[in-house]
Amino acid sequence: MTETPSTSAPDGGAAGVAPPEPRLIKLSEHTIEIVSDPGEGAQKCGQIFGQVSARMGNGVWTVEIIPAEIQPPARSPAGGSGNRIRIGSGPVTNWGDQAGLVVAFNEQVLLGRHRLDALSDDAIILLDSLWSRHDDERIREEWQKGMKELAGRSYRLIEVPIEEACLEIVDTPRRGKNMFVLGMLACLYQRDVALIMDLIAQSFRKKSPDVVKINHDLLDLGYRWANDNLDFRFDVPATKPEGPMLVTNGNQAVALGAIAAGMDLCAMYPITPATSVSHYLSDIFEEFGGMVHQAEDEIAAAGVAIGASYAGKVAFTVTSGPGLALKTEFLGLAVMGEIPLVVVDVQRGGPSTGLPTKVEQSDLLAALFGQPGDAPRVVIAPATIDECFHLMITARRIAETFRCVVIVLSDANLASGVQPYPRPEVDPRWMAGPIDQSPVAQGARPFDWDPDTGLSHRIIPGQPGGMHTLTGLAHDESSEIAYDPDAHERGCAMRSRKLAVIQKALRPPALHGDPDGDLLVVGWGSTKGAIEEAVDRARAEGYRVSSTNITFLSPLQPGLKEIFGRFNRVMTVEINYSDAPDAPYITPENRRMGQLAWLLRANTLVDVDCWTRVPGQPLRPGRIHEVIRNVLLKGRTA
Amino acid sequence: MRGNSCSLLTAGQDEEHEYGLQDYASATPRWCPGCGDHGILTGVQRVLEAEQLPPEQTVFVSGIGCASRLPHYVKTYGFHGIHGRALPVATGIKLHRPELNVFVVMGDGDCCSIGAGHWIHAIRYNIDMVVLLLDNEIYGLTKNQTSPTTPQGFPSNTQPRGSYLPPLNPLVTTLGVSNASFVAQTADWAPAHVFEVIRAAYRHPGFAFVRILQRCPQYTTAIFDSAVRDPSLVEMLVHENGVIVPELQGIYKNQRRHDPSNLDQARRLAEDVEPVRLGIFYRNEDRPRYEETRHVPPHSVEDRLRLLNKEFDRHAL
Repeated sequence: MTETPSTSAPDGGAAGVAPPEPRLIKLSEHTIEIVSDPGEGAQKCGQIFGQVSARMGNGVWTVEIIPAEIQPPARSPAGGSGNRIRIGSGPVTNWGDQAGLVVAFNEQVLLGRHRLDALSDDAIILLDSLWSRHDDERIREEWQKGMKELAGRSYRLIEVPIEEACLEIVDTPRRGKNMFVLGMLACLYQRDVALIMDLIAQSFRKKSPDVVKINHDLLDLGYRWANDNLDFRFDVPATKPEGPMLVTNGNQAVALGAIAAGMDLCAMYPITPATSVSHYLSDIFEEFGGMVHQAEDEIAAAGVAIGASYAGKVAFTVTSGPGLALKTEFLGLAVMGEIPLVVVDVQRGGPSTGLPTKVEQSDLLAALFGQPGDAPRVVIAPATIDECFHLMITARRIAETFRCVVIVLSDANLASGVQPYPRPEVDPRWMAGPIDQSPVAQGARPFDWDPDTGLSHRIIPGQPGGMHTLTGLAHDESSEIAYDPDAHERGCAMRSRKLAVIQKALRPPALHGDPDGDLLVVGWGSTKGAIEEAVDRARAEGYRVSSTNITFLSPLQPGLKEIFGRFNRVMTVEINYSDAPDAPYITPENRRMGQLAWLLRANTLVDVDCWTRVPGQPLRPGRIHEVIRNVLLKGRTA
Repeated sequence: MRGNSCSLLTAGQDEEHEYGLQDYASATPRWCPGCGDHGILTGVQRVLEAEQLPPEQTVFVSGIGCASRLPHYVKTYGFHGIHGRALPVATGIKLHRPELNVFVVMGDGDCCSIGAGHWIHAIRYNIDMVVLLLDNEIYGLTKNQTSPTTPQGFPSNTQPRGSYLPPLNPLVTTLGVSNASFVAQTADWAPAHVFEVIRAAYRHPGFAFVRILQRCPQYTTAIFDSAVRDPSLVEMLVHENGVIVPELQGIYKNQRRHDPSNLDQARRLAEDVEPVRLGIFYRNEDRPRYEETRHVPPHSVEDRLRLLNKEFDRHAL
C-alpha cells in the first residue's frame, strides 16, 4: 500500500518524466487532517487552508488536534498537533466522520490518528518519507512497525519527501514543512494561491519581509511537488454565501459578543480551553475602553467581576469546569445579592483535571445545581459559533434586567472550531446603558421585589440616598439581615420567581424535521450540527426522526412536554457520561442518565432515554446516525 | 486613599452641607459589650466625618466574621460578602469605579487564613483603598478557634492544649510583599491613635494596610490585657511623615522616631512582638497603582460600534 511517486526529485520533473494526468475527484464535502509534532506548524497550515476555503465560498468547520502538553516528546502518537478541516459545497456544521485525506509529518502522529479511528478506510495519506531511511536505526524500526500496523486498513499511503524538499530553502525544516504542505493542499484542492499568499503575509506581518518570502517559496515548492507527482485532485465546488460573513472560532466570538454587549471587564484566571477568550480580548479590549484582569485565582476572578458588576456595569468571567467549581461560593453570593453577572464556562472533560483540552458537556448539572442552598440562575448554551457571539449579548441583557447570574455553557469544540457565519449588524441596543447615578426616591429599598415577578430595581453605589449594605446573609427588602422564617422563604421565592418570568418570554425550541414521528433526538450545545446531519441522513433513508436543540437549560424552554408527546420515543444525545443500560448491575432504577436527559425527565415526567459518550472528541454524525437506526430498528441504541 | 477625587464630587452637590458623625451612623452594632470593634467603628466614622466623605461615594467591603459586620453599622454603601473574599470584590469595585472611596474590613481569619492569597496579591496591585485588619487573634463568630495570628500555646476549642504553631505576623508578611506601599499598626484601646492612623491610611494613595489589635472580651482578653493595662509595654512609632498623637504622649512614654520611608528598618521593627509597636511602619506614595496602570478611558456607544465594525472587518470573508 505504500507508494513512492516515480518522480522523487524535490524540484519535480527533474527526471524528465511528464507529470501524470491527474484524476479529478468530485465531492460535495471532504475532511482533511494535518498532523505534526507540536511546534511544526501544522495548525497554522490548517488554519490558513480553512480560511482560504471559507473565503472561496466553501462551508468550513475547523477543529484543532491538540495534545495537553506544550512540547510533548517528538514522534509520539499521543503528542500529535494539528487541524482537522472539513470543507463542503454547502454549510458545514460539524467536524464530520472520518478524514479522507491526511497529511502527517511523521508516522507516529499518524498512528495516533489511526488508533483513534479518525481515518476512513479509503483515506489517502501523505506522509513524510524522511523517517523510513533515517540514520537512527530505532526510528527506522519504529517506521517499519508503524507500516505493519497501518497495513490492516486499505489506506492509500504516499510517501512525500517533505523535509528533504524543504531543506533546499531552509536550514531548519521544523519551521518550513507546514508551508510546503499548504502548497500541496493548495494544488490538490485547487485553492486560490494569491489569496493564500496574502494570508501568509498577514500571518507573518510582525516578522521581516524575508520570512514572508521564504514561506511563499516553500508554498510554491509544495505546490509544484504535488502538481508534478500526485495523480489526483479534489473538486469541492463552492457556493458563495449570500451577504457578508465572518470567520472566527467560538472563543473569539464570545469575546466579540462581550464587546458588542457593552461589557468592560473580563476577569479571568488561565484555564484551558477558556483562556483564548482572554488572549484575544487582551489584544483588543483596551481599544474599546475595556480591560482583561488576570486575577490571582479563579475565586478572585469571580470576585472582581462581581465587584465591578455591583459597582455598575455587568462584568464577566470566563473559565472551565474546575474554575466553575472554585467560583461556586461567589456565584451563590451573586444570586443572593442579586448582582448581575455573566459566567462563561468553556467545558472540557471532567471530573478533576480530566481531559483539559478535550470537549465534553458535563458541566450542565453543575451549572444548574452546583451550589449549596437554593441558587437559581440562568443557564444558556450556544450551539454554533454564531450563537457564541449572540448569546453573550443575551446573557448580559438578562443578567442586568433580572439581576441574576447567567452561565453561558460553551465547550472545547466550539472554542477552537472555526466556521463562517453571517456578519452581525451592530446595534446600539445591544450595549449596556450608562450607570444610573440619579438620587434614589425616598423610601425606595434595594430589594423592592414585585411580589409577582420577583423583580426589583437595582441601586448602585454613587446614587445619593441609596446607601445600604448588600449581604449574602438572608435579608429582607431593605437588605437588613433577617433570620425570621418568612423573610427567607420570601427571598427564596422572589429569586426563583424571576426564572419563571424569563421562561414566559421564551419560545419552544425549533424542530429539525417533522413535528411528529417515531423518534425525537434532543441535544444541547455544540452537538447540534452533528445531530442534525445524522437526522438528515436517517430521514433520507425514510426514518421518521426529528431533532431539537435546547438553548435555554435554565429556565427550560417552554412546550417540551407537548413536543415530546408527538413522538413515540425521545432520546438525548450528549457528550457526557451515562451508564449503558445493559452494563453489569445497571437497572432502570439505578441507571445514571445523561445530564440533559436527567433534567428533561425531571421536568416533563416523560421517559426520556439517552445515548451519551465521553470520547474527548466531538460526536460524529455517522455514529449518531447508527444509533438512530438501532433505536428505530432494534429498540435500543447498540 | 486620597481625598481629592471625592472633594470634587462633594463640591458639586451641596456645598453648604457638612456631614456630622450621625450621618455615618446606621444600625446599632450587635457586637459583644467590651468588644474592640465598637471603638474601631467610632474611629472609622470620625475619619469619614473629618474627611467629609459623601456617604453615597463611599463603599465598605467586608468578608465574614465579627469584624465583617462593620459595613452594616456605617451609613455608606456596604458589601458584606463571603469569607476571605473582600479584597477581590473591592478590586472589582475600584477597577470599574476608581472615584469611589473603598474601605475593606477583614478579620484575621478572613485576611490571613482563608483569604491570604488575595491579601498577598492585593498588596502587589496596590489599588487605592483602606484595608483594615481587625485582628483579635482568634475566630470569634464561630466560637473560639485558633487563627493564624493566635499566639503559640494559646488554647482554643480546636487546639485546647494550646496553639501548635508560631503565629503569622501580618505586618512582616505585608512588608515582605513587593509593591507594599503603606503598613501601619494601631490598637482599639488607643482611639485617638486609631483615628489618626486610619486617616493617614485614607490619605495615602494606594493600598493602605492597617492592622488593628482588637480585644475580644469573650476569648482573647488575656492576649491583650497586659499591653492594655501597662502602656510601658507599648512603643509609639513617631515621625513627621508618620503619625504623632500629642494627647497620647503623656500615656505612652516609649516613643521611637521611625522614618516610614525606611523599609529595612520597618521590617526589623515589625519583627518584634514586644514591645507592641503602634504607628506607621512604612509609607511610599510612589509605588505604581494597578488601577492607574490599567486605566482605559471609557468609550461612547457610537465609538464602540464603529470599532467593532472595524474588528469585524479583520475577520470578514
